[in-house]
Amino acid sequence: MGVDAREIQVGDVVGVRDETPAHHHRTPWFVKGKTGRIASISGPFLNPESRAHGGDGLPKRHLCSVEFKQVDIWGGRYCENDGDRLLVDIYEHWLEPG
Amino acid sequence: MPSAHDRGGVRTREPIDQTSHEWADWEHLVNAMVGVLRRHGLINVDELRRGIEAMTPVEYESSSYYERWSASIEHILVEKGVLSTEEITAATREIDARWG
Amino acid sequence: MSDTPAHPGLQHHVPLPGRAKRAIAIHRLLVSKNIVGPDEVRETIDRARRRTPADGARVVARAWTDPAFKARLMADARPAVFELGYRLSRDAELAVVENTDRLHHLVVCTLCSCYPTSLLGQPPDWYKSFAYRQRAVVEPRAVMREFGLHLGEDVVVRVVDSTADLRYLVLPRRPNGSEGMPEAELAELVTRDSMIGVGQARNPA
Repeated sequence: MGVDAREIQVGDVVGVRDETPAHHHRTPWFVKGKTGRIASISGPFLNPESRAHGGDGLPKRHLCSVEFKQVDIWGGRYCENDGDRLLVDIYEHWLEPG
Repeated sequence: MPSAHDRGGVRTREPIDQTSHEWADWEHLVNAMVGVLRRHGLINVDELRRGIEAMTPVEYESSSYYERWSASIEHILVEKGVLSTEEITAATREIDARWG
Repeated sequence: MSDTPAHPGLQHHVPLPGRAKRAIAIHRLLVSKNIVGPDEVRETIDRARRRTPADGARVVARAWTDPAFKARLMADARPAVFELGYRLSRDAELAVVENTDRLHHLVVCTLCSCYPTSLLGQPPDWYKSFAYRQRAVVEPRAVMREFGLHLGEDVVVRVVDSTADLRYLVLPRRPNGSEGMPEAELAELVTRDSMIGVGQARNPA
């Protein structure tokens, strides 16, 4: 499930999984199901979804900074500039090839 | 409807209140206690966040920032068996009786 | 109140919220059971108070004056800020994003309140407010106007939602007219708000 950060690179188009598991996770609702582009990759970090529930956080996960066009996130609700962007940090296992 | 903590883009016309309040001592206490508990390996940031997110939406929205942290610290410490709800309640009563 | 409170949180005459009392009770229990040392919280409070936006401002001023330092800071912030004596928390990495004439970053944490406390101290109340968390991602220019920052149409606004294990520090644009100023004076131009992105660095007097 998700992508392996070793197989993706900066500039790649990725989608965000449209899921809302009951456990703690770091993916904001407004990017779920949306498509963006990898701006940078950092980590790997202990997985907070595991650590939040008493787990050891392993395997570690890469964190991808994904850049979206604001209009792709909010549609007509975004009333500022068409060129404006939104950068959201999303763990690799939340992403799918775009 | 996103969860109560997942606030980005939730509609509001409320202006940003730029005034900052002077922290009460208990707010310093709660902030520091999380750091201390982290160093002792009793709570990590991910657990702290889960404990906050476990609050009901009404509780979440009506609590101040460090009230939410306090609720989460209690939730996690009780869950781990470090303290019990009963002893915390009893110790709180003592504080009430002494300080009002 | 006659006796001296032996405990932080108890010198207030105003009634405390229930959650405040429970936190004080929890701390008492942890100390009485020797799970936490009696002075640990006080020492942690004192350490936290020593961190202020002046720390971040020093980092910014160094980046403005030393291109090699700036390159190291943008590439890997932890060792770079350690050169200036700042030790980042083990819990999160720091990323630095640069504001220019054409690109402006604004940082928010929509899910909680992630903030580079190691360099800026505690976040201002508004950063943690529902209004900021809700609005900054969807109407950043309107939010920045409330802070007095009016950006031109030719500037791209890039909002950074700091949701996870990276904390973001904005490297503000170096103000015009600051050429040749010494680093210490430059640091005075760097405001907390400019390192979050709701403001610019001050212009030199």
